[in-house]
Amino acid sequence: MKPFSQVEGRAYPFGRKNVDTDVIIPAEFLKTISREGLGAGAFKVVRAEEGNVFDDPDYAGAPILIAGDNFGCGSSREHAAWALDDMGVRVVIAPSFSDIFSSNAFKNGILAVELPQAAIDRLMEVAATDPITVDLENQVVTTPFQDRFEFPIDPFRKSCLLAGLDEIGLTLESDDAIGVYEHKLAADKPWLAPRTA
Amino acid sequence: MTEPRTLYEKIWDAHVVERRDDGTCIVFIDRHLVHEVTSPQAFEGLRAAGRTVRRPDLTLAVPDHNLPTTARRDAAGNRVPIADPMSAKQLEALEANAPAFGIRYIDDAAPEQGIVHVVGPEQGFTLPGCTLVCGDSHTAAHGALGALAFGIGTSEVEHVLATQTLLLKQSKTMEIRIEGALGFGVSPKDVVLAIIGRIGAAGGTGHVIEYTGSTIRDMSIEGRLTVSNMSIEAGARAGLIAPDAKTLAYIKGRPMAPSGPDWDAAMQWWRSLPTDDGARYDTHVTLDAGDIAPNVTWGTSPEDVVPITGSVPDPDSFEDESKRAAAAKSLDYMGLTPGQRMEDVAVDTIFIGSCTNSRIEDLRAAAEVAKGRRIADGIKQALVVPGSGLVKLQAEREGLDRVFIEAGFEWREPGCSMCLGMNPDKVPPGQRCASTSNRNFVGRQGPGARTHLVSPAMAAAAAVTGKLTDIREMMG
Ligand code: SF4
Repeated sequence: MKPFSQVEGRAYPFGRKNVDTDVIIPAEFLKTISREGLGAGAFKVVRAEEGNVFDDPDYAGAPILIAGDNFGCGSSREHAAWALDDMGVRVVIAPSFSDIFSSNAFKNGILAVELPQAAIDRLMEVAATDPITVDLENQVVTTPFQDRFEFPIDPFRKSCLLAGLDEIGLTLESDDAIGVYEHKLAADKPWLAPRTA
Repeated sequence: MTEPRTLYEKIWDAHVVERRDDGTCIVFIDRHLVHEVTSPQAFEGLRAAGRTVRRPDLTLAVPDHNLPTTARRDAAGNRVPIADPMSAKQLEALEANAPAFGIRYIDDAAPEQGIVHVVGPEQGFTLPGCTLVCGDSHTAAHGALGALAFGIGTSEVEHVLATQTLLLKQSKTMEIRIEGALGFGVSPKDVVLAIIGRIGAAGGTGHVIEYTGSTIRDMSIEGRLTVSNMSIEAGARAGLIAPDAKTLAYIKGRPMAPSGPDWDAAMQWWRSLPTDDGARYDTHVTLDAGDIAPNVTWGTSPEDVVPITGSVPDPDSFEDESKRAAAAKSLDYMGLTPGQRMEDVAVDTIFIGSCTNSRIEDLRAAAEVAKGRRIADGIKQALVVPGSGLVKLQAEREGLDRVFIEAGFEWREPGCSMCLGMNPDKVPPGQRCASTSNRNFVGRQGPGARTHLVSPAMAAAAAVTGKLTDIREMMG
């Protein structure tokens, strides 16, 4: 996982509520064998709309997405996080997220920032013209106009994101303990390994 | 003296590698089943991070979800090309990834091939007391043999491949006790539908279920697999049944199961697994087997269950506001009207298959009904899809294939098929299917498909009459 410290850049002022995983990435893109390339299908329905933010050259490649309440609701598909990652989005800012989406986002190194609606409204304004800065270390979102919005985050997730440590990397820090367990298992339950023909 | 423990607690305790302060544990995984749909990104992740599969010996790969159920090899033994290029790619990816990472692989045309949850028990890969995972939510099925088995997402698949462990918190426990003898025509599928109807699709959330009572004890292993399989439809990640003499008899001699002195050692541990007297569960539910009738679903959630003698409920009859709205929406999707008798509902399609009901006993039950009868004129398609190549061979030895074909059914190659319609087997939009699968969600069997979940005998009866039918009347 890429370490996450600070992201500065333009933000898609998307702002919609209840953006479900079908909106983020429609089911037709699920039959893939790769995590990559899903950005092409991201927000397909929205992109069919005239003047949508995702096709506006002003925001091309923006690393931040601003949305409304309950972002990422619907199915558990991890493809939603993969699609955002593939688009280059590293932070989603919204008043609330579905549990599964925040967990999937975290597993893929995407930061989900929860801010009250008033802060979202202000950031939507700024995003139309100027960049936004998200600082994970200090848990704060700032703008060139001296706006400052502090956000909460689970300390465990924060340290993983800062260190760029994915869950697998983290578990592998207990490699020795797993090895000891396997040793004992082989001694106590030698029958456990499936027979080979 | 140690505290009395439940079956779940014993398996859990035996698998904790490390416990963190917040209660999260690194839990060792004894068995990992891999199929073509939820694994490609996990293997890709391993490659990107330069990681290997820690225990390929505890991993078994088999394609099932999107394989066509028509012939897979031509007369010359060459693969019949898969029409959908994405499905073909997923199969090719698994075929390449398994050997590349040293994982045992069952080929798409091998007699051992089948639905992961049929293959695991059949091969003796699934054992009591083991932790078993797979990137598919119906992994709960393996709980029928006393394994702690549950479905996982793709990131977790990668986590297990790389570390042979998962990060988990201990679940709450729920005992579902069913006592008494099942009536004529009432099958294990009806039992589990009754349970889901009773506790609801979220009733088991946060819990691991243990099924107990004389009804479960008297049930065959195949019947128990049907019950445990649908635990997830009641919201529970896993559904266990204590191993007993039947379980051991079922496992003994299977290709991957322990043998010789290993068998005796394994048996000792398995015998220590059943829940101790005095152990406590967080939640209890009891059902009387005598109250259970052959069941059917009317809506788009597996909790929408009524006895076949019942009728479509009036959405206004539900107390819960959100359930009222959901029921109205379901009826609209299903094309049903409140008060309509279930026995008057005509069907177009019949699907006998899926990891819930595709084992030999299921096929025998359906064949008994189909024998000497014909499917009704209104039926547009009736599929029988065995759960594995071995089930198919056994059925053919018993002549069941002839029974089905003579009655007008199609006899297919094993796989998930119309359970989720990832392959060409789909229920066309607006058509109605009596299905032995496990999910009646909107669009599950194909866009616009209308699903009624039933037992194998009930599916065969619906094929014969062209409408949902009370098996007790037809066979009684
Ligand atoms: S038969 Fe259906 S539920 Fe079972 S593994 Fe296949 S897709 Fe999943």
